[in-house]
Amino acid sequence: MLKVRSIAAGAALVISTLASSHAFAASTLDAVKEKGHLQCGVTNGLPGFSQPDQDGNWTGIDVDTCRAVAAAVFADAKAVEFTPLTAKERFTALQSGEIDMLSRNTTWTLTRDASLGLNFAGVNYYDGQGFLINKGIGVDDATQLSGATICIQSGTTTELNLSDYFRAKGMDFKPIVFDTSEQTVQGFSAGRCDVLTSDRSQLAALRSKLADPDSAKILPNTISKEPLGPVVRQGDDQWFNIVKWVLAVQINAEELGVTSANVDDMLKSDNPNVQRLLGTDGDMGAKLGLPDDFGYEIIKSVGNYGEMYARNVGPDTPLGLDRGINALWTDGGILYAPPVR
Amino acid sequence: MKKQTTQSSPAGPRPWYDPRVRSIFFQIVAIALVAWGGWTLVDNTLSNMESRGISTGFGFLDESAGFAIIMHLVPYDATMSYGRTFWVGLTNTLLVSAMGIVAATILGFIIGVARLSNNWLVAKISLVYIEVIRNIPLLLQIFFWYFAVLSNLPSPRQSVDVGGAVFLNNRGLYLPEPLTQDGFGLVWAAIIIAIAAVAGLKTWARKRQLATGEIFPTFKVGAAIMVLLPVVAYASAGQPLEWDIPALKGFNFGGGITLIPELAALWIALSLYTASFIAEIVRSGILSVSKGQTEAAKALGLPNGLSLRLVVIPQAMRVIIPPLTSQYLNLVKNSSLATAIGYPDLVAVFMGTTLNQTGQAVEVVAITMAVYLTISLLISLFMNIYNRAVAIKER
Repeated sequence: MLKVRSIAAGAALVISTLASSHAFAASTLDAVKEKGHLQCGVTNGLPGFSQPDQDGNWTGIDVDTCRAVAAAVFADAKAVEFTPLTAKERFTALQSGEIDMLSRNTTWTLTRDASLGLNFAGVNYYDGQGFLINKGIGVDDATQLSGATICIQSGTTTELNLSDYFRAKGMDFKPIVFDTSEQTVQGFSAGRCDVLTSDRSQLAALRSKLADPDSAKILPNTISKEPLGPVVRQGDDQWFNIVKWVLAVQINAEELGVTSANVDDMLKSDNPNVQRLLGTDGDMGAKLGLPDDFGYEIIKSVGNYGEMYARNVGPDTPLGLDRGINALWTDGGILYAPPVR
Repeated sequence: MKKQTTQSSPAGPRPWYDPRVRSIFFQIVAIALVAWGGWTLVDNTLSNMESRGISTGFGFLDESAGFAIIMHLVPYDATMSYGRTFWVGLTNTLLVSAMGIVAATILGFIIGVARLSNNWLVAKISLVYIEVIRNIPLLLQIFFWYFAVLSNLPSPRQSVDVGGAVFLNNRGLYLPEPLTQDGFGLVWAAIIIAIAAVAGLKTWARKRQLATGEIFPTFKVGAAIMVLLPVVAYASAGQPLEWDIPALKGFNFGGGITLIPELAALWIALSLYTASFIAEIVRSGILSVSKGQTEAAKALGLPNGLSLRLVVIPQAMRVIIPPLTSQYLNLVKNSSLATAIGYPDLVAVFMGTTLNQTGQAVEVVAITMAVYLTISLLISLFMNIYNRAVAIKER
């Protein structure tokens, strides 16, 4: 009898929980504020993008994008907790509400945008897929790769592009598909495959992880467009706008010459663009549901886009990536953010 | 029911104090709650997915997959559908599971028996094997075989070459592939006839032994029939078989049959690991047979091998089968660790790449769970049928 009663009570509890989850937290911003921190999904270790150091501090361009959002919401770039995710786990983690946003070198594609219940909030790195080869195989161009064994990370657009590219060129290849980029590198350095394919930025990062980086080189071919950027759940326009505009603020700041070093002086600037950006004029923050000085907080603690780039993946880092197309539109690149006004 | 109630308690309590009525009432309530809970779960999931713009349904199975898979037992290329990737993954899972079950059973029985050997060295080697292998996590063992052992084989250009036809390197084991030509049907027919002949021979020999007590060398004669008949047929049909010899082309070997290292590593690790558990099960089974049985067999003059095969093992099987079934189930489920080393099994191909490319998590996970459940139930079913066949029959 007691048993029956406790089962019934348990069932009622489960059901009431299920029923209540019908009304899913309507506003991500409110939920984040209530929690006191931002839960951000990142890669489980990719130099330059997101990687924990010896003390457990996460660094990288994707990590900085998370920190910028935290700075905008809490005026505290440290109010972030990171959830390391594999490529396979990332979308489910975001869909299920386990994380508030995903900032994990994720390619913006139509299928993902339209059928996963997600929204891409912009691009923080324009990338393309390339090939890393062992210098020993004596190949200079991807068109010579017919018959090669290729290591790939599972669940990526890379897997599809590779297949398309080889099919279009009438070449064949043998795919070895690993779960994590860590295992992919291990497979490559153990000689299981001739070639490792991934986004070029990742190749640079993975090459820097090899025991002897000089034994491998990146082929000149780029076989796809890979716009990488932060992702949020569909159906919460306010949160979507916040993440979108945090990125736009960083790019605009670089264009206007506002850096983390001079942002305090810039508060006195007469330039109306700078005044709106830093919240000394207008109510740009309020329109997003944020404090008006959210732009100031982002630049003060994380810096503008250029600083973020230089610090994590730029020429002075182990990755040593030139700005390339990731330069501002005013510098010959394609980085162009809508105006803050 | 009222009648029963009056029977169990003649005083006739009011229905809500009657334990039978109450138990039935609460069971109905419990079933209703479970059904409602289940319905709410499904409905809630569907409406939540819809409200968040996540597409649902099984239509994705017809879309073209667009990614390549290194090993497939059914025809596959990137233009085929996600439904086909499911079959590729499933057949790969079944292959490694079947190979693992066979190897682990053979090895497990040998080691289990060896552990009880009177030979001190044999018994201790078995003991060490069991204690080492079963106490190291399977995933580590898979990594060990894949990254520490098989990766250290030479590169394709420095392959180990056996007679110019078999090659071994860090990309796999390359074997010549037999290509049957016209007239090979005769050989197949010969094989079938040989099998039938051996079965007939066995029945005849058994009957003769029961009648006369003479033992016919069934194994030797049977083996001769199995080999000679097909060989004669093969020769008389004009040797209708050609071999596709693997050869180095560009980066890799082409042609022939390839056993990829991912399959080899997974197979070796699964077999060795499960064998250590099977060995202990076999040992416990043998120890469960009373010593008197062995002594009786010895008293009859049966040699050791025969008394083990005819007296001890059949009785031990009754103890062995149920836990052995669990080990087979474990092996099949453990094969999903394939995803860690890139063997394209069901979990890696379907729940990995397919799920990620389509984003249909709920459907894909449901299908995968249903598949593992089905495989497990089928193994259970067959083992139970076998168990019933060998169970003690009281006569």
